[in-house]
Amino acid sequence: MTTVAIRRRRRRVGAISLSTLTWVIAILFVFPIIWMVLTSFKTEADAYTDPPRLFFSPTLEQFSGVVDRGFLPYLANSTFVTVLVTLVVLVLAIPAAYALSLAPVKGTSNALGFFLSTKMLPVVAAIIPLYVISQNLKLLDNVWALVILYTSMNLPLAIWMMRSFFLEVPTEMIEAGRVDGASLPTLLYKIILPVVAPGIAATALICVIFSWTEFFYAVNLTAARAGTVPVFLVGFITSEGLYWAQLSAAALLASLPVMIVGWIAQNHLVRGLSMGAVK
Amino acid sequence: MAGVVYAEASRVYPGAHHVRAVDKLDLAVPDGEFLVLVGPSGSGKSTALRMLAGLEDVDEGAIRIGEREVTDLPPKDRDIAMVFQSYALYPHMTVADNMAFALRLRGVSKEDVSAKVKEAAKLLELTKYLDRKPKALSGGQRQRVAMGRAIVREPSVFLMDEPLSNLDAKLRVETRANIAQLQQRLGTTTIYVTHDQVEAMTMGDRVAVLRDGVLQQCAAPRELYDRPANVFVAGFIGSPAMNLSTRPLAEDGVRLGDLPVPVSVAAELREVTLGVRPESLRLVGEGEPAFVLKVELVEELGADAYVHGRLAEGGDRIMVRVDGRTPPRLGESVRVGLRDAGEIHLFHPENGLRLTD
Repeated sequence: MTTVAIRRRRRRVGAISLSTLTWVIAILFVFPIIWMVLTSFKTEADAYTDPPRLFFSPTLEQFSGVVDRGFLPYLANSTFVTVLVTLVVLVLAIPAAYALSLAPVKGTSNALGFFLSTKMLPVVAAIIPLYVISQNLKLLDNVWALVILYTSMNLPLAIWMMRSFFLEVPTEMIEAGRVDGASLPTLLYKIILPVVAPGIAATALICVIFSWTEFFYAVNLTAARAGTVPVFLVGFITSEGLYWAQLSAAALLASLPVMIVGWIAQNHLVRGLSMGAVK
Repeated sequence: MAGVVYAEASRVYPGAHHVRAVDKLDLAVPDGEFLVLVGPSGSGKSTALRMLAGLEDVDEGAIRIGEREVTDLPPKDRDIAMVFQSYALYPHMTVADNMAFALRLRGVSKEDVSAKVKEAAKLLELTKYLDRKPKALSGGQRQRVAMGRAIVREPSVFLMDEPLSNLDAKLRVETRANIAQLQQRLGTTTIYVTHDQVEAMTMGDRVAVLRDGVLQQCAAPRELYDRPANVFVAGFIGSPAMNLSTRPLAEDGVRLGDLPVPVSVAAELREVTLGVRPESLRLVGEGEPAFVLKVELVEELGADAYVHGRLAEGGDRIMVRVDGRTPPRLGESVRVGLRDAGEIHLFHPENGLRLTD
């Protein structure tokens, strides 16, 4: 065999073992989720068999059980909070990030440092004062408390993220816009925002995920009226024991919206940021 | 259309050192001229162009386009169009939209926009690509879109900032000719920045040479080549670069090795900087006046060969351009003479200014 052929075979063997490894790792990671999906279509009896059963007659009874346990109000709370928080964060973060990246002034780096510092305090340390403040403002068990908290929690992150996307906008492209006669709003809406659109999608996705899955504030500051989906899920841990199948169904319902949003955002994320603008 | 005037225009960057990126630039560009700003990096040529575009402040002096003073106007009110080094196309817009953008902002009617874009596309052979996004174009096509974006606006002045430096060598030569032709056809005043002196020489009606923010000379390419105003221009314009060396001045002139070069300059100088272009030197036979050069390196370019060597006495390096068919060999000693006694340049040894006319 020639050396070229040997080298080529070696390279192929390498490629195959690498993709095998990738598959193994991927399946390891996805397996609990697949198991959750499978379990959610089982009856409680099927879910408890040992050894676990791979083949069973699927049923939707767990899903209707979840809805019967009052899932929908929690879903509505989560949706309301997540959508509103994401919108508010984007509306505030985009202009802030623009100013902090493309129109810097003397105090810009201080401002950025300040935003970041607000993330340095562990939430556990802040929960008692937050509880007291919420109580005084009559915002306990109120979705608006979550809206305010999640917005302030996500805003620094969103500003930093959006800023890094703005920094990647080619300066010459902005200058070309100015020479072409664009005013600042035109420049922003017609040229800069379309170019950073993938960045906006990424930031929105992060914001949705964090708001949707946030548990600590929600469990401490809300109860039956303003509870979100993660709080609902905890309700399955009861003294009578776990209802695996129903918990799986609830968990599946809880994660579906994020998966859908992620899938939509992904289509925007893959587009190159400023592909074709320069060079 | 209009001419451009820089009147003692300066750009001073704030900070501890007050860097004068462009220092009291005085330059008048008549209507329709193709002016090339050339210089090494950091010479202020791009800054000068950006001052005209309104992308850089004018800290002192003034800039006029036509009769209008534009010193403090924003870019959009200056009636200019600019082609950037990176092209700076709008990646989310099609070729047609890229070209139409400025016209739409100015409220030109839909039919007119479409007609103008089509016309420019035809001129630049972009008609087939009007519906494509920039990322689906080659480098040369993107460059043409950038040109098209400038052309459709029919501005008073075209500004071009090294528009060819991202193209490969072959395309660059081709596009160079196309831009020069296009400018002649449109007759629009054009300011073109480059660090490539071949571009400067071949494209410009006149060439302005800058160094450290100061204008060195502004003249037609031929004039620049034949009568460089100072040592810097002499060394910068022409490829390969002029041989420059400072030598003692005797009564009968200076000596280049054994070769006497008669010069006549004001007598109070004891030294003079002598400049001889590599193409002004030639290999000569025995008996002709010459100096001896020990060959250290031969660069063969096909048509020509560049012979690098040192005067046999040691010291100054000299380059000679010879016929590519019969280059001397390495280590050989060759006799080199002047092609024409008039083809020498003399500069002041201290301030570098030209002494002969």
